[in-house]
Amino acid sequence: MIKFLTQFGRYFLFLKKVFSKPEKPALYFKQTMSEFVNLGLNSIGIIAIISFFMGAVITLQTAYNTENPIYPKYLIGLGCRDSIILEFSSTISALILAGKVGSNIAAEIGTMRVTEQIDALEIMGVNSASYLILPKLIATLLFNPILTLIAIIVGIFGGGIAGTLSGVITLENFIYGIQYAFIPYYIVYSVIKTVFFAFIITSVSAFQGYYVDGGSLEVGRASTKAVVYSSVIILLFNVILTQLLLS
Amino acid sequence: MITVKNLNKSFYGKPVLEDISVVFETGKTNLIIGRSGSGKTVLLKSIVGLYEIESGEIWYEDTLFNKLDFAGKKKIRSEMGMLFQGSALFDSLTVEQNVMFPLDMFTDHSLEEKIERVNFCLTRVDIINSNNLFPAELSGGMKKRVAIARAIALNPKYLFCDEPNSGLDPITAILIDALIKELTEEYSITTIVNTHDMNSVMENGENIIFINEGRKCWEGNKNEILNSDCDTLNDFVFANSLAKKLRAANKK
Repeated sequence: MIKFLTQFGRYFLFLKKVFSKPEKPALYFKQTMSEFVNLGLNSIGIIAIISFFMGAVITLQTAYNTENPIYPKYLIGLGCRDSIILEFSSTISALILAGKVGSNIAAEIGTMRVTEQIDALEIMGVNSASYLILPKLIATLLFNPILTLIAIIVGIFGGGIAGTLSGVITLENFIYGIQYAFIPYYIVYSVIKTVFFAFIITSVSAFQGYYVDGGSLEVGRASTKAVVYSSVIILLFNVILTQLLLS
Repeated sequence: MITVKNLNKSFYGKPVLEDISVVFETGKTNLIIGRSGSGKTVLLKSIVGLYEIESGEIWYEDTLFNKLDFAGKKKIRSEMGMLFQGSALFDSLTVEQNVMFPLDMFTDHSLEEKIERVNFCLTRVDIINSNNLFPAELSGGMKKRVAIARAIALNPKYLFCDEPNSGLDPITAILIDALIKELTEEYSITTIVNTHDMNSVMENGENIIFINEGRKCWEGNKNEILNSDCDTLNDFVFANSLAKKLRAANKK
């Protein structure tokens, strides 16, 4: 318990260091642009592929579970839309990004720690936590909502393709279903969750990497911890945010 | 000049440095020598403020460094350069960008001025036509020299080198030692070098302290080290068979 509280306090002190005033805003801007590419643009591919197949599977499973003729066919489209918007686009994408982006951040910063690159920054008088992590946080907080919107579009598209190609639903019924009783707030809910998840992934992973002590073995362990802790905290916050935003 | 008074440092309750007092003089290459694990790197990192010390004082000229806040330390740190054991070059930046980094961060010079300064520093350490290479493409010796170029980019008053010769062949090691000595004298820098390389000691040892198990056991210069009556120092200095034979021959 004491170890947990120590780590908890250390995490908040770390965040205080991350959010302190940048030395040279122009350099931070350049770093942020580079992180947009590393952590954002480079994640579009994996998010698109996973969303497409997830949309396809949701459609087929919804069709399988609503075979009774009393259910109108367009419910398949509606079910696909709501499942993707409410849960899959934000939470599953966040879990995937915790694996891809989180491990990347922890390994990068951890390697910088064990090869004394962070010490070199500190010796120069640079606030290393802020210089290395703030641009990553800004990039993921701004770009992950875009990834979520991409996941929604591609997921629904994948559902439509799978549904029509397998013959479980016509394209007209699917399109009617995804437009039926649409609540725009669901998109806002999904984006709000994504912003929280982006903060969790980046800050928890960076924290694990920043305090690595040892060599390559510890960097590997930090990377694993980053993914596990981020995923667990995402799932916990998913419950809390759902209760707060949808109740 | 850097003055250390009664410095104590421990990790998890285990003392690593005990009651270290020493003066590092300006314009001289001051060496900290000792066996691996004796506390040399901890002492160096404590002096530059990477480690918080338990007790004692670290003075940079007439400023008590270890009691300063982040802003106060930052001012002194802008006058420091450090060469790390593994060079600590930024992997994602080219040689030119590495050397330019402190200039980007702490000066308002134009790009032309910065490039001019970078080229001057790289030429000074004999790195030519390598501006666009990444650290992964450099040899160990080149990495050390680029790291020295980065360390001197802001004209430091204090230069710290942690085992500058580790992993280098004897000839490259001598070149690095000579370069550190030249820069120290040329710019009147207070230089502190951590080493366990006896060649460095005999080449650059103007002011030497010997650390053993976290305590300062001996202080002197390269002329005095061969005739010391400190047994632990003699065990260290004359550790290899060649040195033992030379010592025996000297005694005869």
